[in-house]
Amino acid sequence: MPTFPFSAIIGQDEMRQALLIAAVDPAVGGVLVFGDRGTGKSTAIRALAALLPPMRAVAGCPYNCDPDSPAESCPHCAGGGPRKSHKKPVPVVDLPLGATEDRVVGTLDLERALGAGVKAFEPGLLARANRGFLYIDEVNLLEDHLVDLLLDVAVSGVNTVEREGLSLRHPARFVLVGSGNPEEGELRPQLLDRFGLACEVATPKDIPTRIAVVRARDAYERDPEGFCAARAGDERTIQKRILLARERLPSVTVPDAALERAARLCLALGTDGLRGELTLMRTARALAALDGAETVTDDHLRRIAPAALRHRLRRNPLDESGSTARVERALAEVFA
Amino acid sequence: MGAPPLPPPSAGEGTLRSRGGRDEVPQEGSNGAESGACLHAGPASSGSRAPVSRPGLTAGPPSPAAGGGRTPDPWADAHRAARLIAADPPAFGGAILRAAPGPVRERWLETLRTALHPKTPWRRLPPGIGDDALLGGLDLAATLAAGRAIARPGLLAQADGGIVVVPMAERLPPGTASRLAAALDTGTASDRPARFGLILLDEGEGDEAVAEPLADRLAFRIDLNAIGLAETQAELPDPEPGAAAPDPVGDLCALAEAFGVASLRGPILAARVARRLAVDRPISRQDIVTAARLVLAPRATRLPAPEEPAPENAAPPEETRAEPPPDGASEPAAADLPDEIVLEAVRAAIPPNLLDQLLAGGPRLTAAKAGRVGQAAAARTGRPIGSRRGDPRRGRLDLLGTLRAAAPWQAVRREEGETRRIVVRRDDLRIRILRQRTETTTVFCVDASGSAALERLAEAKGAVELLLAEAYVRRDRVALVAFRGTGAELVLPPTRSLTRAKRGLSGLPGGGGTPLAAGIDAAVAVALGVRRGGSRPAIVLLTDGRANVARSGEGGRARAGAEALQAARALRAAGLPALVVDTGSRGEEARAVADAMGARYLKLPRPEAGQLSAAVRAAL
Repeated sequence: MPTFPFSAIIGQDEMRQALLIAAVDPAVGGVLVFGDRGTGKSTAIRALAALLPPMRAVAGCPYNCDPDSPAESCPHCAGGGPRKSHKKPVPVVDLPLGATEDRVVGTLDLERALGAGVKAFEPGLLARANRGFLYIDEVNLLEDHLVDLLLDVAVSGVNTVEREGLSLRHPARFVLVGSGNPEEGELRPQLLDRFGLACEVATPKDIPTRIAVVRARDAYERDPEGFCAARAGDERTIQKRILLARERLPSVTVPDAALERAARLCLALGTDGLRGELTLMRTARALAALDGAETVTDDHLRRIAPAALRHRLRRNPLDESGSTARVERALAEVFA
Repeated sequence: MGAPPLPPPSAGEGTLRSRGGRDEVPQEGSNGAESGACLHAGPASSGSRAPVSRPGLTAGPPSPAAGGGRTPDPWADAHRAARLIAADPPAFGGAILRAAPGPVRERWLETLRTALHPKTPWRRLPPGIGDDALLGGLDLAATLAAGRAIARPGLLAQADGGIVVVPMAERLPPGTASRLAAALDTGTASDRPARFGLILLDEGEGDEAVAEPLADRLAFRIDLNAIGLAETQAELPDPEPGAAAPDPVGDLCALAEAFGVASLRGPILAARVARRLAVDRPISRQDIVTAARLVLAPRATRLPAPEEPAPENAAPPEETRAEPPPDGASEPAAADLPDEIVLEAVRAAIPPNLLDQLLAGGPRLTAAKAGRVGQAAAARTGRPIGSRRGDPRRGRLDLLGTLRAAAPWQAVRREEGETRRIVVRRDDLRIRILRQRTETTTVFCVDASGSAALERLAEAKGAVELLLAEAYVRRDRVALVAFRGTGAELVLPPTRSLTRAKRGLSGLPGGGGTPLAAGIDAAVAVALGVRRGGSRPAIVLLTDGRANVARSGEGGRARAGAEALQAARALRAAGLPALVVDTGSRGEEARAVADAMGARYLKLPRPEAGQLSAAVRAAL
């Protein structure tokens, strides 16, 4: 059955925008989607991956290295010399709750150890996710030792394995996509801060939208192939938009005025550190690239600020107003 | 369905009532009859609270079972769900079967089994199943015997196209639940096809329930608890389909909205069920009613207001371009559904206990369910965090770790003249390192009675939120029990979520008498549940100790005081650590309670949120 097409997702504009930005510039640091169940979080993420054009990778490299610039830390490709390349779909790797560290980090390859008596490394989920997406549903319930591990890898882009007599490093750069329901537990602040964008999704409340969603799903289930074929044009349009934006991204400029606005916004909100400004700038640039703009404007900042900043506010447990409202307030002040 | 057994007559008559209503459905345009039904429905649903759960008790004389049984007869619906699952196991996600183990549950499973194609895979999920067995991995026994790695497909892949039965689903570890949910979403397990229907056997009591993220993906929720074995004999014919419905999807969405089913999986699954019911004819109104009864009614979080204008006002605009209209017969202005008849038919299928809860206080039910995953996460004592060299007689052998340790040496050892296939030496043996969770759950038990209540409550709420705000450092949870008037109430089930706490605490009422014994009892019950779940409970009691309401709900200082001391001694006997914060000005009573509990005692006549949370942190 083909994946439900990205272009057929109705509503949830903020989440779709955030995912597109992550697809344009994987360096923005991942997307967190918090909200109700049954709002198409997992659907959107799988759809996005299916939409992306296949990537070129070194044949036989378990870490999907780019043949043009294999990662320095790649044990497979570091030798240098020309490599055969092949095309493969952008990986979306699920990290399930309660996954063992072995499965995530990788471990001794038992098959080869038992069969040939060779001490070899069997890559884990982090290796498979390199250059793709790592999707964690219910990320807020992830066990602490896995969160620690992820934080380390997400910062360095390298997975360091020291276990069972193995000692190696391999590239692990991926877009972290987390989803969850805040009612079931809060996300650890350190991990929260690593996500570039945080969106809030809610079940659509108005009947026409709800009907449209269910109807689309119903049509898809009755005839998946036909449904996807009818959407193929829209899918190509989005794909092209992403590819063009990737090309344009390096040349998009951020004027000083925009930087100043970003800084004032972060000051007004009292976000910790500089990560807020950096993310705001990066994501605004990706958004501008998606829009086909040459420079970042106030409009881009305004559109991306809630998602880029709402999870970085210092929390005051006795303050009733939500973080989105606080960002909106600051936006109104700074852009007054 | 549901805990309070339904007296048979009312079930029967409820049945007849809605049957009477729906018999009119096929005759399009019999508007007079329909509005008549509306009139029946109106008073019944807007009337006094308890009787509403049996709508139409007085409606109409019993009519002979002509086409019979298109009813909220729970067994008939359970039976119908079984046949739907059997027709195409992976299509509907599956069902949650809430029932105590026993003949009724066995009969349902038997029904499902016989309806399935005989070769359909049927797998039972063993409790505590590991990743290898669930998703596929190394077959250890075969690997050791053969001396080379032998892979085997996981249980989910083996069940492809069939059924996976999960016993004790309410205690399913969150990791397993999320793997099942992911497999349901993708139809694969470790890249092998794994499309299956999930039958979750839920034996939970009280608010123990299946993890909501998984439950949301399954179409059916069947409650067999109130069904007697005798009622399971009847096999009822399907109702006649009746006229085609012009806009089934719109109707189901409107129904979902009317019953407060927030997740869109509800109407999506209901649409799938309606389509399957209709097979090769257009979906009829009857199909919509059945699908809504099977899928939407058990998810209801509210009751539609009786006089609510039918939501059809929001006729679906055509924003979904290029959508093939369902059944090719869609007229966007399909205006008259869900009308009262349909609403009523679905309402009659809401399990009575659910209905009572809805009538009693709105959506607390969902709130209580929401934290299950987090709670289940704590339900393990000691989780393996790795392995180390050691003697398996003094720990749990880590077989995989042992093999891994031995594996690289096999070639060398064989050269030394060993003939065994696998040579494991003592140095290779690995045992698991288990780590005990040290999470603490603080159960606040707050006296919400009398005049000082409002202030005290506000401070207790503040303290709860402050403690939660820093809970991340210590991975702690907080719960809150309030007592006032005639009894105690669990206002906030153990949670780590600030969002949820805020919602649970807003609008907590105060005033009334002081049923101290009931309050302590409730706190102890919560604390014991916490301890069963593997976390460490601590109770903080905020009171002035002046009990004046006994457990029975009657007034009387002497008896109330004696009972409070008795409850306090029970708390001590249970070995629960406690702190009593005396909010009164004189202090003898609270002191006595604290002594009986063996609790620490703290006098804070004017507690303040910051002070209180600091005191709690220091004391526990």
